[in-house]
Amino acid sequence: MSLLELKNVYKIYGELHALDDVNLKVEKGEWVSIMGPSGSGKSTMMNIIGCMDKPTKGEVLLDGVDISKQSKKNLTAIRRDKIGLIFQQFHLVNYLTAVENVMLAQYYHSIPDEKEALEALERVGLADRAKHLPSQLSGGEQQRVCVARALINYPEIILADEPTGNLDEANEEIVVDLFNKLHQDGTTLIVVTHDPEVAEVAQRKIVLRSGKITKVEENRNFTGKIRFDD
Amino acid sequence: MVVALLSIAIGATILSGLVSIYYDVPRQMGAEFRNYGANVIFTASGDSFTVSDINDAAAIFDSGDIVGTAPFRYENVRINEKPIVAAGTDPEGVKKTSPYWRITGQWLEGSGELLVGANVADTFRLKEGDFIDVYYTPEGSQSADENGERVVVEDNIKSFTVVGILDTGGKEEDYVYMTLADIEELTQADKGRADIAELSVSLSADELADVVDKINAQVSTVHASLVKRVTASEATVLTKLQALVLLVTVVVLALTMICVATTMTAVVAERRKEIGLRKAIGASDTSIIKEFMGESMLLGLFGGILGSVLGFVFAQQVSINVFSSSISFRPLLVPVTVLISMAVTGLSSLMPIRSATYVDPALVLKGE
Repeated sequence: MSLLELKNVYKIYGELHALDDVNLKVEKGEWVSIMGPSGSGKSTMMNIIGCMDKPTKGEVLLDGVDISKQSKKNLTAIRRDKIGLIFQQFHLVNYLTAVENVMLAQYYHSIPDEKEALEALERVGLADRAKHLPSQLSGGEQQRVCVARALINYPEIILADEPTGNLDEANEEIVVDLFNKLHQDGTTLIVVTHDPEVAEVAQRKIVLRSGKITKVEENRNFTGKIRFDD
Repeated sequence: MVVALLSIAIGATILSGLVSIYYDVPRQMGAEFRNYGANVIFTASGDSFTVSDINDAAAIFDSGDIVGTAPFRYENVRINEKPIVAAGTDPEGVKKTSPYWRITGQWLEGSGELLVGANVADTFRLKEGDFIDVYYTPEGSQSADENGERVVVEDNIKSFTVVGILDTGGKEEDYVYMTLADIEELTQADKGRADIAELSVSLSADELADVVDKINAQVSTVHASLVKRVTASEATVLTKLQALVLLVTVVVLALTMICVATTMTAVVAERRKEIGLRKAIGASDTSIIKEFMGESMLLGLFGGILGSVLGFVFAQQVSINVFSSSISFRPLLVPVTVLISMAVTGLSSLMPIRSATYVDPALVLKGE
């Protein structure tokens, strides 16, 4: 059974079909990237997979549960237990330190554990920046805190929305390396990106256009490493 | 948040201050009202009573409530052959029961001194420092001679020094005042007798009525009654003043609620993105409500504590400037103010906090 399966999913706003009969399967441990121009339905798809929106029609099975039929309360619980989110704009709470931002996800999931949060920061190479506020961290460091926060509760699936959109090449490489480590640990990754170099790293690249999946490309030379065009 | 804390602290200050004043107003105003004269009168139940009876009846009041007691004994005397009413009294008591008396010269203090009403002074052209003889004709001193024609009069005479001229605008201006001892010496009769006693008591109209009833029941020689024009006016003024204080308190609390609600709405709007993030990473609506309610309760707690302290200072200043006396600290007012502040903050935060639960977590993904 696939970890995630979208069956004939539609999202319709009046005349606009933001998602138009989308079918997609993502296996456990798979690394998938989603590309597409603005307005192609990437965000709508991420919102639906991330349990923050419901489709107009169709089924969305996450770990065997049809999330399109769940209540708002259940969706919150599923999001808390099964999904880790990484954002383009990091969205760290500006008055909390790096480790406290990581512990925030623990707080809503179970019990905050500073030792475990520090270990998560160590995994993303930020153990020495744990007590810094977001304003004292660079963009790359903030994104790594965001990654640590996403993985702290051992989610089934990590959804990353333009994770390298605000980063320079060096930091982009660090973040992609982190994704590779998560992939090697068996985490399922869905990465929405505009950046072809980041999209190419994934095992499978999906292209959305006007709410439809127009292209699916398997990466036969998957290494998990980013290659920059000179 | 600082604005919210300030508005709660100011609201709590006004609340705590005005409630202090509300409870202290009767005491403060009671003392003020005592400047307008006695509010209880003792008269004899039978033909006469004594100063000792008056003291027995007055003892039924708490001694701390009595501002002053002034017994009066009236006698018909003559000055320059003209009949005048003389009153013997306790000068120290009169000072307290009738603080509105205006004296030109000195207050009556001891034996041989006479305080002369303004009308009497005009009639006899008396002024401070004059010497005057006061005549009293005892009962039974007039008799017919053998022929039944001549009258033998044996007057008691006492010399006095006019120490002051009394100006009240009332009937007191037609009398002369001396000490009780002097009037007893002049009359040489009825030692200890009094005709009336005026008391100034610092109690509310209802409390006074209760004690007056008790005196009438317990002391058979004394009939106590309230000076209605004084006690009724006091009660009316106090009721209106307390209603005004209460109204201002309610208005201030309402304004505080509006201010806190506005500030909390702004806080929620400002933190929309953070709320969205919290919901995106798994916060339920209940968690969001608990967190924001916790924050507003903390604001209420700190604002309430700050307001209790500042409220006492505020009430103290008002009391000193308006009533010229300090206010007593009421420890119970601190927890009450804190609890009311927390309740007001919680209540006014309900709507803004509810709006926080409507924040869509997807907005953080959209980067809004």
